[in-house]
Amino acid sequence: MTSDHAVDIDRHVRVYIIVFVALMALTIITVAISYLHLPLTIAVTVALLVATVKGSLVACYFMHLVSEKKLIYAVLALTAVFFVALLALPVVTVHDGYWIHE
Amino acid sequence: MDIPYTVEVRRDTGLTNGKIGIWLFLASEVMLFGALFASYILIRTGAPSWPRGATILDVPLATFNTIVLISSSVTMVMAWASLMRRRFGTFRIYMGATILLGFVFLVVKYFEYGHHFAIGEYPSHNNFLAVYYTLTGLHMLHVFGGMVVNAYFWGPGSKLWKTNPEWFTNRVEHSGLFWHFVDLVWIFLFPTLYLL
Repeated sequence: MTSDHAVDIDRHVRVYIIVFVALMALTIITVAISYLHLPLTIAVTVALLVATVKGSLVACYFMHLVSEKKLIYAVLALTAVFFVALLALPVVTVHDGYWIHE
Repeated sequence: MDIPYTVEVRRDTGLTNGKIGIWLFLASEVMLFGALFASYILIRTGAPSWPRGATILDVPLATFNTIVLISSSVTMVMAWASLMRRRFGTFRIYMGATILLGFVFLVVKYFEYGHHFAIGEYPSHNNFLAVYYTLTGLHMLHVFGGMVVNAYFWGPGSKLWKTNPEWFTNRVEHSGLFWHFVDLVWIFLFPTLYLL
C-alpha cells in the first residue's frame, strides 16, 4: 500500500465520521419536528426533505456515488425516471377520479 | 475457468462485473420498494381518514432502531476501509459489529411486532397496519439477507483474503452497497410510517 493510498483512505474515514454525526443530528431533528405537530402538508414536506438529505449523504459517501463511473450514473438516472413515474401514478389516479365525478 | 473481471475492470464499462451487477440489482430493488411506496400513497390519499403513525407505533423504539441501522452503515463502510488499509483483524471487528447491529435491529422489530400481535393488531386489522407490516416486513427480510451475506464474509468467505485480497475487498464493497441501500430504505420508512 502506497503512502498516498493510505492518506486517501484516512481522508475517506474522516468523511465517514462527519457523515455519521450529520445523520445522527438529522435523525434527532426529524423526531423533534414530529413533536411540533405541524399541519400535515408541511410535516410531510419537511420530513421528506430531511429524509432526502439523509439518503443523499448515505448514497454519496457510504455508497461512493460522489466518485462513481458514468455507467453507474446512467443506470441510476434511468431508474430515477421510472421511479418518478411510479410515484406519479397515484397522482394520475386521483385526477382520473375527479374526471369521473365531473 | 476463472470468473472474469472480478478485480480488473472491463474496458467497455470501466467497472468490475460485480460492481455493475450489484448496482443493476439495486436498481431493481428501487423499483420494488418504489411500487410499495406508490401503493402506500394511493391507499393513504384514497382513505377518508388516516391515523398518525405515532398514535399506533412506538416512536422512541423506532428512533433507537434508526440509530442502530445508521451505526451499522458506518461500521460496514469502516470494514471495507479496513480491508483497503490491509488490516484484516480490524475488518473482522467492524464486520462483526455490523452483523451484531443488524441482529439488534431485528430483535427490536421482534418486540415491536410481538406487542402489536399481543393486542390483536394484525395486518388484517386496518389499512395502516397492512401497509406497515408489508413495508417493514419486506425491509426486515432485506436486513436478514444482508446479515447472512455479511456473516459469510466474516466467516468462511474470508478465506479468499489469503489467496486474492483485492477480490475479497471488492466482494465486501458490493455487500456493503446492499447494506447501505437497506439503511437508505429505512431512512424513508421511518418518517413516513412512524412520524407522519
